[in-house]
Formats: sequence, structure tokens, C-alpha cells
Amino acid sequence: MAIKSLSAQLNAEAEAANVGLFQRLHLDAPLLLALLMLCGFGLLVVYSAGDQDFEIVERQSVRLLLAFGLMGAIAQVPPRILRQWSLGLYLFGVVMLIAVLLFGDIGKGAQRWLDLGVLRFQPSELLKLAVPMTIAWLLSLRPLPPRPAWILLAVVLTLIPVLLIAKQPDLGTALLVVSAGVLVMFMAGLSWWMIGGLALVVAAVTPVIWFLMHDYQRNRIFTFLNPESDPLGTGYHIIQSQIAIGSGGISGKGWLNGTQSHLEFLPERHTDFIFAVIGEEFGFAGILALLALYLFVIVRGLLIAVRSQDNYGRLLAGGLTLVFFVYVFVNTGMVTGLLPVVGVPLPLISYGGTSMVTLLIGFGMIMGVETHLKKSTR
Amino acid sequence: MRLTSLEERQREQRLVASRALVAGAVVSIGLLLLSLRLLHLQVDRHEHFSVLSMENRVKIQPVPPTRGLIYDAKGVLLADNNPTFSLEITIEKVDDLPATINALAQLLPIDANDRARFERLKRQRMRFQSVPIRLNLTPKEVARFSVNSYRFPGVDVRAELIRTYPLGAATAHVLGYVGRINEREMTQIDTSSYAGTHFIGKGGLEKAHEAVLHGKVGYQQVEVNARGRILRTLESTPPISGQDVFLSLDLGLQKAALEALGDRRGAVVAINPRDGSVLAMVSNPSFDPNLFVEGISGKDYNALLHSPDKPLFDRAARGQYPPGSTVKPFIGLGGLATGFTSAHKTVFCSGAFTLPGQSHRFRCWRKGGHGTVDLSAAITESCDVYFYSLANQMGIDRLHDFLSQFSFGSRTGIDVSGELAGLLPSREWKQRVRRQTWYPGETLIVGIGQGSFLATPLQLAVATAAIANRGHFIQPRLARASRFPGAESETLFPIISRQINVGDSHYWNQVIAAMTQVVESPRGTAKRIRSTEYRIAGKTGTSQVFTLGQKQTYNAAKTPERMRDHALFIAFAPVDDPRIAVAVLVENGGHGGSDAAPVARRVMDVYLGTKTTLPPDETTDGD
Repeated sequence: MAIKSLSAQLNAEAEAANVGLFQRLHLDAPLLLALLMLCGFGLLVVYSAGDQDFEIVERQSVRLLLAFGLMGAIAQVPPRILRQWSLGLYLFGVVMLIAVLLFGDIGKGAQRWLDLGVLRFQPSELLKLAVPMTIAWLLSLRPLPPRPAWILLAVVLTLIPVLLIAKQPDLGTALLVVSAGVLVMFMAGLSWWMIGGLALVVAAVTPVIWFLMHDYQRNRIFTFLNPESDPLGTGYHIIQSQIAIGSGGISGKGWLNGTQSHLEFLPERHTDFIFAVIGEEFGFAGILALLALYLFVIVRGLLIAVRSQDNYGRLLAGGLTLVFFVYVFVNTGMVTGLLPVVGVPLPLISYGGTSMVTLLIGFGMIMGVETHLKKSTR
Repeated sequence: MRLTSLEERQREQRLVASRALVAGAVVSIGLLLLSLRLLHLQVDRHEHFSVLSMENRVKIQPVPPTRGLIYDAKGVLLADNNPTFSLEITIEKVDDLPATINALAQLLPIDANDRARFERLKRQRMRFQSVPIRLNLTPKEVARFSVNSYRFPGVDVRAELIRTYPLGAATAHVLGYVGRINEREMTQIDTSSYAGTHFIGKGGLEKAHEAVLHGKVGYQQVEVNARGRILRTLESTPPISGQDVFLSLDLGLQKAALEALGDRRGAVVAINPRDGSVLAMVSNPSFDPNLFVEGISGKDYNALLHSPDKPLFDRAARGQYPPGSTVKPFIGLGGLATGFTSAHKTVFCSGAFTLPGQSHRFRCWRKGGHGTVDLSAAITESCDVYFYSLANQMGIDRLHDFLSQFSFGSRTGIDVSGELAGLLPSREWKQRVRRQTWYPGETLIVGIGQGSFLATPLQLAVATAAIANRGHFIQPRLARASRFPGAESETLFPIISRQINVGDSHYWNQVIAAMTQVVESPRGTAKRIRSTEYRIAGKTGTSQVFTLGQKQTYNAAKTPERMRDHALFIAFAPVDDPRIAVAVLVENGGHGGSDAAPVARRVMDVYLGTKTTLPPDETTDGD
């Protein structure tokens, strides 16, 4: 009893000492600050890339408000609740994906949207969260590192939605969802020989994937390997974005002064290729600052994962953080010509609501992991 | 919650921490890789991409210069740039294209051709460029549209400068015309100085003075977007307009020459002997050069091309005819200069001439012969035998060398494109072209300006001016001066001249006196045009279209019109102070004295400002 009361007293003291305003709101101040900076910078760039159309900025601001609101709301949910929702959310998402394939709307040549009358809903976005949640739930049922059988189960659970999404076809989202699953497994201590094995499997199935790919997807690979082969067709994006970035130099052409973007040479300039606008207008210096912000967010996310006091929180926070990095790397790699063109937006910067909402909900979960565990453990 | 030991929990925490460390390292490496790539793009290759970015957005656009105008000697505008109006539609500014066109069609006539051209051009142009729906609007149509223009956003009247020739056919051959630059011309011109220019001189003066008239192209650097729309002008170098060209050509004289020819095919060239300036240069029939500027229709072109009157053919500078007896004064001069004849030397004309040891009879035009003639009589009465004899004595080499000084057989160098050189036969020419040796009989034929000897009316006028000048040969030219629009001073075109030496300057007077007798003597072949107000020196000529056989006699009435002889006449006046030299050709006109000489007289009258009427027409016998 004495020990118990002492412990309770210590907890109360610790709470009184540590728990500031942000703790009470279940928000992580450093992470929130970095996210706000990223989104604020994003608004500036969207304003420039969208030809100084204030309407675009307004629409994006409304989405940001909604997304930050949802982030705050999700942050209130303790991770153990999230853990209970995981499998249900996952099953719901998979059912929706099947519904999309059967009844979905066709937009831009792919079936991604489900029209629910009031709003158009993209189930693949849901899976970006549901897959890491479910894998984290699955692997936290047993002590880490997981046994091969559990890994196999995790792989199967990951591949079901991935294949459904790839069939839409939406290569970018499929890639993000598969990395979400794999990255959670990695955080859970997936053994190195298994990682090697997975790499081998990937290498083995690549020809098969190549065979299953659509022509436009194959073309993207071709153009990635040699953009000059088709300067007016598929290579145009890559060539123009490299011209934009390269002509920016060290200090950039200045905000609102990018000729590549304002004179419409750069396609998709306020969505997937917005990174090129940043490169052109803010130069190498601006890009380094942006990458530093991203690095800060990632390091903070990993730190939260490490400091989390249960496995579900660790795996979820770690997985979501690393998916965020995949977002950054795939997009910037594509825009700078390091990777083939895959439709992945630059996280928190690109114009568009869907990925913004998903990402910030993810950060809401990470914040929840950070702010709830301190009270809920023991 | 499953129960876990403290140890197990610590092990799991360490595991996740180590994985987070590895992940952090991978993230750092990834971002480093990215930074290196950006360093490469933005620092190493910055210059390269800057240039590409600049090339993307900055385009250089040519601004074509305005072509120089052409004026006659009295300031009458001969070649103008007229704004023509076309109605153009900017596709992207029009919501309902078919409805707009139909509404326009109710306002102005728009036919199926217009619609077809519109559809064709629409496909070739960008949406923000304008496409013409109607060309050549009349001022009335422009006004009617302007009143209603508020109903047609995106439809505009556009003005373009198009070359026009107000005098039309009267100056067609002299001026030539401009037309769209064709592929062959594209390979010959400096394409950068013609950037933005669609027209180029195609012939005549327009082509000869192309460099002066064209001007210098200007440039503007414009910023364009990815679709090529011009957003703003960054820098511009204005074009320099072509120079206006002032001719010595007198439109009044030009018209008088045309009137004098009437409906007869022929050419008139009048030159001021003092400075070689061309006063009139006419080829009849003519054509409307305005038809050619914007591209003549196939039907019109075929009609002109296949007309038996050959209206496109410039008889003045490109028509090559045997000069006939008009060369006799020149050959007479040659005889004096080379010492093969003198003022007193006589030849007996029996009506024919035979070379020793040959049976061929070279006939004189007068069957009965002229009897004993000296040089003056031989020119006055145009005795062939005298010149057979003289030519035979001189030989072809001396004849050729002497006559070529008057520019026979070579281009005069006039500033009209396409001038032909005629043909002054020589041993060398015959060997080269016909691979035959020269026969003495041919020398005789050259002596009376027939056979293969060919000259243009222009050459005859230039040579006549040289006689009037007593051997001072001046290269003929149409353009007197050029001037940049708005400039104070004009640039004179140079006068190029040389002296023809005949040894004794009296020889000129002897020949000129004989030419005066052609007009003034009762026996002169051009006595009909004698004027009481000024003295004329001239020489008639007949240019054979086909050669008669030995036993045939020429009978104009029995010869089909197109086979009849051409009538020629050269003259200058006043004899003592020559101010005008004229050459007249009337195709299939018959006799030089009766058909060509009155045309020359008329031209001289107009130029010298006199108004005496000619005696009534009488059939003049002779050559």
C-alpha cells in the first residue's frame, strides 16, 4: 500500500510538473510547430505556383484547418483505443476498396473514388493509416521480435489492400501502403535475413510486375531512364522540372519570380511537381531549409516511437514517421530525376486535401502516442 | 494486457530504439543523397539550366521593315504600301464560333471559300492567335463592321501593308512586282534579314533595287509562356524602313508612249543622253502587277501566260530582235573609225551585191538600186549594198569589236532585273555555239543588222544616246536617287560612263548629219516625222521575222500578221543639243518609217513640249 500510494503521489507530482498546456491538449509542441511551419511554407508556395490565385490559397487553408482539427481530435484518442479500432478499420477499408473496384468513379483513368452522395471518398487513403495500425496491432500481440509465422501473416495483411489499390491502378498509393506495412515490420525487429529475403522476392517479382504494368506506367520507367528520348511527351515533366530546379541556383529566383512555373512550362506545378517550384524560387538554400524541417519532423517522430512505453505505440509512431519519409523521398526523388515519375505529392506542401488530411491524422496518432502513454502506463 | 517481465520490456525497447537508429541513419543518407543531387542540379549545372530556362521563356521575334516607296521623276507615287483590311477571329475569345460566323455573314459577304480557308488556317494556328475569316474588306465593310463590333468580342479588323502599283499595267514591266518569297529565293537571300518579311521583289526595278527597298529587319525579345503566348516585350530593336527610290522615269512620257503604241505590240525606250537616265520604258501589251502581289489565281495566270500577245513579256529589256537598218549609223561610224570608208567614198548600188567568186545575190531593199551613194546617202536612204560592201571590207572582227563598244551583245547594266544581252555575232561565238567557222557572207548580213544579230529596244536606245552624246556612253538607269523616309538628304545613284573613241570627232557629226537627213531629206526614210519646231536625227529599221528565199519578194499584204516584219526606229532630238534619245519597236508593224517613227516623234513631242500634228498617213516605201 505504501508503495502504491507513493507511486500515485509521484505520478501526480510528475504530472503537475510536466503537464503543460500542450500535454493537456495532447499535442506535441515541437512537432506541431514544425508541421505548422511546413504547411505555412506550403501555402506560400501554392500561392506562387497557382499563379497568385488567392482562391486556391483559401481553399487550401480551409483544408488545412480541417486537417489540423482532425489531427487535434485524433490526438485525444488514447493509443489503446486506436489499437482496438485497428482491425475493424482495416476490414472496413478493404471492403471499401472492393466496392471501389466494383462501383467506383473513374477519374484520370483510374478507379479511385467512391461517390457516397455527399462526398467523394478515396478508400485507399484510409488504408495508408489502417495498414500500419493493423500491422502494429498484430505484431504487438506477441513479444518482439516477431516470429516468421507472424511476419507471414503481416505480409498477407499488407498485400491484400496493396494489390487492390494497384489494380485501380494507383501505383503511388500502393507503394506508400506497402512501405507502411513493411516499415512497421522493420520497426518490430524484422530479422535482417528476412529483409534480405524480402529484397530477393522483390527482385524476383519485378519482371512479373513489369508484365502486369500498364503502358503508361512502363513509359514512365522508360522516360525516367532517358528523359530526352521523348522531350515533348512523357519526358517533358522531368526535363522541365530539372530546368526549373537547376535554374534556381543557390539563392533562387525569388518568391513569385519563377519563370518555369509562372509561364506554365512546368506541369503539375502546384501539385506533384511543387518541389521544382521551391527549387526554382528559393534555390538550394531554400531546399536545404525545407529538407531540414522534414528531417526534424522525422527525427521527432522516431524519438516519440522510441520513448513510447508500449509496442503498439512504438510500432505505429515509427511506421507512420517512416512512411512520411517515403513520401518525401519518392516525391523529391521523382522531381529531381532520381526516381521514376510516381504520383506522390510532396507531403504537407502540395495542393490537395486528401493526402494532407491523411498525413495530419497520422501525426495526430503520433502525438497521441507521445501524450497519452505517460499517463496510461502503469 | 499480456504480462511481460521488466527484462523483456527493456529488450523490446532496445530493439525498437536500435531500429529507430538504423531508420534515422537511412533517412539521413537518403536526404544527403537528395542534397547531393540538388547540389549537382543547382550549383554544378546551374549555368546550363539557366540558359535552358531563358531559352524557354524568351523568344526573339523579327519586326519586318516597311518597304521603300517608288516615285517617278515628278513625284508621282508608282509603288505604294497600302493597308488592306482583313477580318480576323481569335478563337479562344469566341464562345460559339459557328454562331459568330453566321452572324458576321449577315453583316458582310462571307462565301464558302472564306469559310474553307478559315477552317484550314484554324487548324494550323494556336487558340490565342487570330485567324482571318474575310480578306480585302472594302472601307464600307470596315465601317459596317466597326459599328457592330460590340456584338463580336474576339473579332477584329486587322490592317496589313500590301504593295500596290497605282498605275498598274503602265509601269508593270519596269517596276516588276513583289510576291511571296518562294523556296528558291529562300536559298538565295539572307534569311535572317528577311525574317518576318513575306514579300520580295520578283522582277524589274523591285528586284534590281531589292537591297535598297527592303530595309533592315528589327527585333524584339518577348517573354512567352509554355503555349507561346506573348506576355511582354523585354527589349526591342526597331526595324529600319527601306529607302524610297526616286526614278528618272516620267510617268507622263510613259503614258504618252503607251498611247502612241495604241493597241500594237511593241516597246518604247526613251533616255536622256546627258546622264543616261531612262525617261520612259514601255512594253505593250502589259498586265496588272497588283494581281501578282498576293498570289495570282491559276486561271488569271494561265490567261496571261498563254495569251498570243504575251503581255508578261518585257519587250523593252528582254525582247531580242534583229536591229535591221538601225545599226547602219553605227556601222558607218565603225567604217569611218577604222578607215574603211570616208565621207566622200561612194559605192554603186545596182540593187544587189555579190561576193567575188560566189553566185549568191545579197539584195538591197530597193530592187532597182540606189545608184552611186556615199555614206550620208546610204544612211539617209538606207542602202543595203553600201553596207554589204563596207561590212565586207571591215570584216567581222572589226565590226564586232566596234559595235560591242555600244553595248551590243552585252547587257547595258540598267537597274531592271532580267535584262537580256541580245547577240552580236562573232567568229568566237559561232565556233562556240554552232561549232562552225565564220562565212564571209554572214559578215554582210551583220552589216545590215539581220541574221543572228539581235538587240533589245533598250540596247538600241542606249546606243542612240551614245551617238547623240558623240561617243560618251552612259550606262542607263531608272533610279535617280534613294532616300530614307523622313531623311533630309538623298543618295544619288552613280552615273557610270565611258568614252567611245572613233579617232576623229568629226565622224560623229558626219553620221549625225546623215541621221538628220533620214528625217529631213525628201528622200529620207522617216521624212514623215519631220518637225518644224526642233530637229530630229533618226534611223529606220526593219527587223525580219523570217528569211526570204533567193527568188522571193516580201509582200506585207500576203504575209500572215505574225510573220510580218517588225518596224524599228531610233532617234534623238534636238540634234544640236540632244535631250532625248528614243528607240521604238512595233512588232509585225511593217516599216520603220511609217509605223515606228511616228511613235518616237510623239514621245519626243511630249518630252520637248511641242504639239505639232503629223502629216496624214502615207505609205512610206523603204526600210
